[in-house]
Amino acid sequence: MENSKNIFNEKPKSSLAKALDIISTMVSKPSGFIGLTILVFHISLALTSPWFAPYDYKAINPSLMLNAPSSEFWFGTDSLGRDVFTRTILGGRTALTITFFGSIIALLWGGLLGIFCGLVGGRIDDIVMRIVDAFLSIPWILAMLLIVSLLGTTTEVLIPALGFFYGKGIVRVARAATHDVIAKDFIVSAKARGHSNLSIIWNEILPNVRDAILVEGAMRWSWMLLGFSSLSFLGFGVSPPTPDWGLMISNARGLMSFAWWAVIAPIVGLSSLIIGINLTADAFAKALGIDRSTKAPV
Amino acid sequence: MKTNIQEIKDLSIGFKSQKGKQISILRNITTNIRKGETVGIVGESGSGKSTLALAMMGYIKHGLFTTGGECLFKSQNLLSLNNKELEDIRGRKIAMIPQNAGQALTPNLKIGYQIEEALRLHTDYSKTEREQKISELLNQVRLPSPKIMALRYPHELSGGQQQRVAVAMALAGNPELLLLDEPTTGLDVTTQAHVLELLKDIAKDTGTSMVYVSHDLGAIAQVCDRVIVMYAGEIVLEGPVRKILKEPIHPYTYGLLNSIPKLSLAGLPDSMPGSQPQPGNIENGCSFYDRCNFSNEKCKTQVPELEYLSEMDTSVRCFNHSEFISKTSEQKTKNHSQKEITIDEILDLKDVSISYAKQGIIDQFLNKVTDTNPTVKDINININKGETIALVGESGSGKSTILKSIAGLLKTKDGHIKFNKEKLLSSDLKKRNSDDLRSIQLIFQNPDESLNPNHTVEQILSQPLKLYFGLTGSKLKSSIAELLEKVRLGAFYMSRYPRQLSGGEKQRIAVARAFAARPDIILCDEVTSALDVSVQAAVLDLLQKLKEELGTTYVFVSHDLAVVKAISDRVAVLYQGRLCEIGPSKDVYQFPSHPYTEVLIGAVLEPDPDIKPKLVAEDIVEEKPPEIGCSFQGRCPRIIGDKCKNETPPWQFGDNGNAIRCHIDIEKLKIQQS
Repeated sequence: MENSKNIFNEKPKSSLAKALDIISTMVSKPSGFIGLTILVFHISLALTSPWFAPYDYKAINPSLMLNAPSSEFWFGTDSLGRDVFTRTILGGRTALTITFFGSIIALLWGGLLGIFCGLVGGRIDDIVMRIVDAFLSIPWILAMLLIVSLLGTTTEVLIPALGFFYGKGIVRVARAATHDVIAKDFIVSAKARGHSNLSIIWNEILPNVRDAILVEGAMRWSWMLLGFSSLSFLGFGVSPPTPDWGLMISNARGLMSFAWWAVIAPIVGLSSLIIGINLTADAFAKALGIDRSTKAPV
Repeated sequence: MKTNIQEIKDLSIGFKSQKGKQISILRNITTNIRKGETVGIVGESGSGKSTLALAMMGYIKHGLFTTGGECLFKSQNLLSLNNKELEDIRGRKIAMIPQNAGQALTPNLKIGYQIEEALRLHTDYSKTEREQKISELLNQVRLPSPKIMALRYPHELSGGQQQRVAVAMALAGNPELLLLDEPTTGLDVTTQAHVLELLKDIAKDTGTSMVYVSHDLGAIAQVCDRVIVMYAGEIVLEGPVRKILKEPIHPYTYGLLNSIPKLSLAGLPDSMPGSQPQPGNIENGCSFYDRCNFSNEKCKTQVPELEYLSEMDTSVRCFNHSEFISKTSEQKTKNHSQKEITIDEILDLKDVSISYAKQGIIDQFLNKVTDTNPTVKDINININKGETIALVGESGSGKSTILKSIAGLLKTKDGHIKFNKEKLLSSDLKKRNSDDLRSIQLIFQNPDESLNPNHTVEQILSQPLKLYFGLTGSKLKSSIAELLEKVRLGAFYMSRYPRQLSGGEKQRIAVARAFAARPDIILCDEVTSALDVSVQAAVLDLLQKLKEELGTTYVFVSHDLAVVKAISDRVAVLYQGRLCEIGPSKDVYQFPSHPYTEVLIGAVLEPDPDIKPKLVAEDIVEEKPPEIGCSFQGRCPRIIGDKCKNETPPWQFGDNGNAIRCHIDIEKLKIQQS
């Protein structure tokens, strides 16, 4: 409102300029800055770590079992004498990749189905939502274990399975966001003009619910990471000797009382990534104006 | 001279923009509220009237702060008190009545409890005294059987009754100053007139000072002694109500008054060009300079001071007020030549009924309709090519429902809608073909909701053009530019988003979108209700011009009878989903034959303190229409007995082409009313 004069002369921005705007708003607050820094750090680490990992992650050396952190082995060594630092910086790669693609799948099917249900309403909406509810009531870990033990733990199984289980929640969010705009007159107007459902979803609804769904997707990503690490922890995620935080925690937890370093390093890796994603998602939501509590008055 | 109860001295309120610039919302307000006086604060949205009213009770919205001046209540500066001290004043000495009582009352507490709470906080009565006082208060606001009323929940009351409860709660602390923020805006015309009557009596009985904030000059004219006119955060005119409304000596007030459609005048009112400047966007000089027809060089560079004219007891902020007085004359209206209506039927509603009742699963299976008392029943209206027909009635009269079923958005239960004499319009939108859909377009009440906030004007207008005519590329662009031209906006609006437009501009885009389909019929649903008066006149003018140019037929729904009178050729009056009267608007307004039309038109408030509304019927609200008999039997002031209750009244035809549905002979009605 304050710079109304400038608003009137504002040129429509390109999507790149809009994205840059959003990012600069995000980093203007400390929490957003910290979150985005952590996230960028983790992603660049995952992309580049194979080139600078000091040791071979699968080299077993019985003479170096459970060495405490030293100048040679920064984070110490684990029960098989492997370098914990090497395994920690490599340990996020699989988890990040699988959950990133898993989140995209969750977003796509959850978002579109939610919008569709919100738009058509009535019987179809009732039936679909009851099915979603039924799936929500199944403990996800049981269902995941069933799928994994039937179909194996390959990436081709894990990505769609995680994408499906974490998309259910997005259906609800997308449907609720659609309900917010569905009663607005611009939708009624499009209906009265005789546009098809697809055209209404694409042109009228999607631009208005996109932000809410994206934020929800970012939150789901961090939950999916936790979920995936839990699977690894239980031995159903990645298979040894591939380094993975969940698996590392699981292997070293019995030795925690005297070899704490082997557990702490992967825990810090996992929790900092999740905190980073959460903070980024929050800042993203605020930058998009979804969080209304901080909006200026007038 | 009476003593001042509140003195506002040089008050300025503003906020800091993100760039650190200080922007004022109120600028140097100086005024007094005297004991026992009712003062009206008027202005369009964004003029700062609500901010001023809130400041009067020491409340400043979060994010705003005082940049100068003080607000003295009995020589205590409210704006420097802490919360504890303010608590002693609010409710006890200054009370507020909010705009929407339905939202201001706690939904899960009984009325009596809520009033008792106010009494407990603001008075020293004992428990038994409080109980007695509750009845007294409910009596005072004229609610029937207070004992029973106190045991009800807010949702069990009608809008008017809720507003009365809010008044009772405000009176509980026996305040010396009562602030009312648009207290009747959401109410029906008849209810509004009754509530205003009540407020006036309370002011007289208790001697409480009242500050009445409203955009509605009609309401102000009825209750106020003195009026403050605000524009862009400043007082531009202040004085006795008669002087302000009858001889406005400020060009803005003059323009504002002229842009209000009135029952006493024929044709469309004059519109005011431009719009109010945004806060922080005010240049040097007079804030009204851009829109003023009487300005000169001095107005551009110098800010006029508020000048007190003792002979008129009026303060005015204008350099040229003395010359201006001589220039003003009788109100001009653009006479839209009310054409003789030629019978050339374009839309025919026959025996239409619409029901919102949901069928049970067995009835659905048997395809049986069970609702014997549908929301809308027996609607027979013929609409001729090129005419403007208005549907009027209070909320719940089914006027929007009928509009929706014409558009195909609501299924009809019985009857049919015929288009262009022979074509039957399906009541299911999906079964209508593209050409039928194109011929009927809708314009909605609130352009904020009817325009997609994430689309540019170009995208908005291209929707119908692409859908119906398959236009693309440069052809699409030139058509959009042409449309913008038609609604008096430039082609440079194409790249803007709705949030970058003013209310009037947004509604023009909505109008342009409807006309993009080159429709035969446009359904207008309360199209001016969300707009400010000065903008409303311009939009009505635009609609009228487009109609003359393109020969479109309008079906116009509005609760504002003066607007309807200004724009319509024919008017249909609805009560509880049943037709009461239909006829040429000229005659319906001049000789309202049906008792309901009489009640409705009598309750209209004119911006003239000398024209009082005629309150002929009670303002009770009925939940649903009666199963048998006349729909208006519950409130009719001329009811003649059992006949009205048991028989559906027949149609009677008057001399002037109007038809009414009433058991009383039309000639007899005329005699009774005169």
